Amino acid sequence: MASVEFRNVTKTFGSFNAVSDVSFSIGDGEFVCLLGPSGCGKTTSLRMIAGLETPTAGQVLIGGDDVTHYHPKDRQISMVFQDYALYPHMNLADNIAYPLKVRGKSVTERHGRAREVADVLKIGHLLDRLPSQISGGQQQRTSLARALVYPSQVYLFDEPLSNLDAKLRLEARGFLNHLQRDMGMTAVYVTHDQAEAMALATRIAVMDQGQIVQYASPIEIYRRPATTFVANFVGNPPMNLVPVDAVHGDGQLQLSAIGITLDGLTMSSAISAALGGGKTLTLGVRPEHLAIAEPGAPNTISGQLFANENMGPESLVTIERPDGSRVTARIFTDDHIALNDAVTLGFSREHVHLFDGVGNRIPADGE
Amino acid sequence: MTTTQIETKPKRKVRNFALLSNKAGAAFLTPAGLLVSVFVIVPFFWVIFVSFTNRTLLGKTALNPEFVGLANYFTLFDPSNFLQRGQFGFSLILTTQFVLASALFGQALLGLLLAWLIQTVPPWVKRITETFVIAAWILPEVVIGFAWFAFLDRDQGTLNAMLTSVGLPKGDFLLEQPFWVIVVFNTWRGAAFSMMLFGSAFSSIPPSYFQAADVAGASSWQKFRDIGLPLIRGHIVTDLILITMWTFNTFTPFLLTNGGPSYRTELVSIYNYRVAFNDFQFGKGAAVGVIMMLINLAFALVYLSLGRKKKG
Repeated sequence: MASVEFRNVTKTFGSFNAVSDVSFSIGDGEFVCLLGPSGCGKTTSLRMIAGLETPTAGQVLIGGDDVTHYHPKDRQISMVFQDYALYPHMNLADNIAYPLKVRGKSVTERHGRAREVADVLKIGHLLDRLPSQISGGQQQRTSLARALVYPSQVYLFDEPLSNLDAKLRLEARGFLNHLQRDMGMTAVYVTHDQAEAMALATRIAVMDQGQIVQYASPIEIYRRPATTFVANFVGNPPMNLVPVDAVHGDGQLQLSAIGITLDGLTMSSAISAALGGGKTLTLGVRPEHLAIAEPGAPNTISGQLFANENMGPESLVTIERPDGSRVTARIFTDDHIALNDAVTLGFSREHVHLFDGVGNRIPADGE
Repeated sequence: MTTTQIETKPKRKVRNFALLSNKAGAAFLTPAGLLVSVFVIVPFFWVIFVSFTNRTLLGKTALNPEFVGLANYFTLFDPSNFLQRGQFGFSLILTTQFVLASALFGQALLGLLLAWLIQTVPPWVKRITETFVIAAWILPEVVIGFAWFAFLDRDQGTLNAMLTSVGLPKGDFLLEQPFWVIVVFNTWRGAAFSMMLFGSAFSSIPPSYFQAADVAGASSWQKFRDIGLPLIRGHIVTDLILITMWTFNTFTPFLLTNGGPSYRTELVSIYNYRVAFNDFQFGKGAAVGVIMMLINLAFALVYLSLGRKKKG
């Protein structure tokens, strides 16, 4: 196991900047998820760790060694591919043991080791089959077994669960989490699924347009998203973001928008600094922090009922505000809630997130 | 007409997509059908018939050929001179050596090597290589034959000029090494087909297969042996059968060596031509033609059965 570090790494394809001047480090034994929408540079970053792409500028370090220009085979890494990349003409045992074959190990040794790993992953009974004769979940575990069959410094995962159906994906996710606890491996995991990142990572790097927007623990990213982009990307459904007008005086900040009532907030240096740029701020509240409230009560958002979806343990209530924007609340109740056309959603003061005119978080008092 | 068919046979949905009615289709097919009959099917049976006669160009057998049964075939396979230069057996063995050396080793191996190498080179190198190799393949035979003749000429040839300029002795390749000249020529001429077939087969392999092998620590050779080669096995079989058939039938080396010197490059196709159109022994020539057809038929049957196996 080893650490990984990016130093001012840039990768361009022609005129397209896939990754621009990215620096971060991954500690020994950390499980880091690179999270972002497609085209954000997360897969390119992973492939630069693997050596499948060479940075245009900057350095990649594994275990403190500069490996920027190393061939993948000289990096002591393992990788699980999105399409699993299992060889259709080899049975599972040979697929799993292929990395040992290229290392010149004997047939007995590599098949013995393949069986050990396969047993751990519960595919030991399938070793004689071809990849085309097993299910998608089993293929996924086979490619995982091939990555685990030899000792590696870093384990790389390129959206390994995205080809699985929803139920298998949950199962595989839980298994990966267990494996990480068991082995304490250093892993870099690329995904566009925020739930996967939240569930697996010790730290998440949220990427957008070739840059890291926020690099922090899952709970930090959930509680204190650095920008409106992160707030909108993490959480299901994502955080509600409402533009509000700000007026301040007497050490108090008054935020107002149609259909919103808010108590005055105490001015802080962070807020006054943010207000320098303009009078419009963005107010953010997560759906799970909203509840049905009395009309006209303080700290509420009201609008017309747009949708009321019962999910079983909770209901997703969406209202449409007078300006056409929508706000969704997760109401935790088993019962189907009857609602009138006009709905008011309330929240408490400590669950309010504020972002400045360009979308950066304004730290609350004490942050 | 199509509509009525749909009404009467609603189960045959394929008819819905027919572009032409049966009548129009038949009308379009007739000219091609006539041409094929006149120039392929009739000669096919005519050759078989002639091979049982002693028909010649001149003399009384030109007008009144006699039926001689299998006499032509017995002459071809006469054990007393079967393997002598200029006889059928000699050219058959020569052709076998030619196919082995220029098709199976030359074209297929060179094509495979080129196809593998151009997978990883920069795109412009790949394009230039492909252009040159394919140019050798698509140029007209007469042009190619003359170009090689000029290239190999003893006194004015380009090859000897190049050899002299680096201080090597001149050679009269067409006279001294005629067999290897036509082997190299046919390899050069036909490697493009194998290269393109193998190249497209290699590029149809998902890149992640090779990347996974890279990460696992495989060398270039290991990737070729363990992943590239096994995954294009079907294409290799197809390629070998096709180039074997084509090389077996090729006549182009005639443009370089005329089958000589002293029959040393007389492949069966050239032997067939000499017997029929130089010696004007139509009956014997037809017999050679029939044997060649049978050999081709065997290749074709193997090829077709492999194709069927692949589908099933």
